[in-house]
Amino acid sequence: MIKVTNLCKYFDGKAVIEGITTSFHKGKTNLIIGQSGSGKTVLVKCITGLLEADKGNILYDGKDFGKMNFNQRQMLRKEMGVLFQGGALFDSLTVEENVKFPLDMFADYSKEEKLERVNFCLKRVNLGNVNHLYPAELSGGMKKRVAIARAIANNPKYLFCDEPNSGLDPKTAIVIDNLIKEIAEEYNITTIINTHDLNSVMEIGDRVVFLYEGKLWWEGSRDNILLSSNNELNSFVYASELLKKLK
Amino acid sequence: MNLFFHIGRYFGLMQRVLAIPERSSVFRRQVIVEIDNLGIDSLGIVAIISVFMGGVVTIQTVFNVDHPLMPIYAVGFTTRQSIILEFAPTIISLILAGKVGSRIASEIGSMRVTEQIDALEVMGVNSACFLILPKIFAAVIINPVLVVISMFLGIFGGWLVAALTDILPLSHFVYGILFEFSQYDVTYAMIKTLVFAFLITSISGYFGFYTKGGALDVGNSSTKAVVFSSIFIIFFNLVLTQILLA
Repeated sequence: MIKVTNLCKYFDGKAVIEGITTSFHKGKTNLIIGQSGSGKTVLVKCITGLLEADKGNILYDGKDFGKMNFNQRQMLRKEMGVLFQGGALFDSLTVEENVKFPLDMFADYSKEEKLERVNFCLKRVNLGNVNHLYPAELSGGMKKRVAIARAIANNPKYLFCDEPNSGLDPKTAIVIDNLIKEIAEEYNITTIINTHDLNSVMEIGDRVVFLYEGKLWWEGSRDNILLSSNNELNSFVYASELLKKLK
Repeated sequence: MNLFFHIGRYFGLMQRVLAIPERSSVFRRQVIVEIDNLGIDSLGIVAIISVFMGGVVTIQTVFNVDHPLMPIYAVGFTTRQSIILEFAPTIISLILAGKVGSRIASEIGSMRVTEQIDALEVMGVNSACFLILPKIFAAVIINPVLVVISMFLGIFGGWLVAALTDILPLSHFVYGILFEFSQYDVTYAMIKTLVFAFLITSISGYFGFYTKGGALDVGNSSTKAVVFSSIFIIFFNLVLTQILLA
């Protein structure tokens, strides 16, 4: 479980996230939703340590991330898998080398074991015969799948996904969403997904955190979203005229 | 203020770069790849420039030392000294600052703007060490080789001019080339080359690593890498010459 308490981050004296206190549960898909500029990405970057929070605590299974030294953080990061918005696959490496990368760096497997693990991960994300292709030769959806395969290659305890279905058609987006959910449940991974896609929320969100202007505005299960009386959440969920009418 | 900020940040980055690599097998593989990318790929341009440079130095020397009191073998001697002491280590390093420096800055800069460096960081990899140290190692290994090749080809270029034209007798040119050769001159050139190799790769790595924004900023980082590498090469050339030769 990841717990954040009173988390704040300022840029040029302006609060981008302020006083966020919440927890993300193990084996569940925890979604952070909100409008563009609401602080979702900053929150995830603070949790992963890509940005240093100005105030507050982040606890990974009870261990305070802020009090860890460089080496302890590096050790913890080996238990993280991150799916970036653009995939962030290494351009100069093939699909196989990309997925193998965390194993090369941190796992004590033999060559054969690494290859076996790579093929298993690629199969798990429903990709075949792409081992020797480069990221530039893949479609958007395939890149995301390879990025997921890389993120799970080293059996992470924590999985972070930054807008996993941005730039994908609705059908592929749902496939990717379901894949993440299945993997999170199968391997009991604490998963945090940052998204503004309502399809994702309704499809896979076990627990949803809604940010508005850098503050935590609402949290609960996806079933309660539609019933919520929170005005800001409602204006986010029922943004289109069609949905307003349906409501 | 800005200058001090960059100097401080550069040394901060170097502290992270000059660490023990996570996996020595991965590091060795990277160094070999970088030797190929940064060194072997530059062999062509180094060879062409060196041969022509040697030829031009010879021709210019012939016409500038045309004096009854000056022995004709001085042309060969001057050509050799110019090439070993200055042209091969400094000019070739400046050429490499342009070719290799821009490549390093744009490669690392592109990785920064496409979140590939963030991906490394989140995996627990020391990204600075992982990306920059193999390049520094590779340049420190291969640049002296390139400079030695440049020395030979530069002198060969001068020999070609002497052999193919009648501006001076070939035997006098060869005598001048062999006249009072000092090994220390090569040592001095090698020390300069090593320092320049470190400057080119670390400065270019610095500008690439701290790229912010998009494609345009990658271009800017690349330009800055070449400009600052060249400035520091010129500056350290002066400092090292004063220390090692004065």
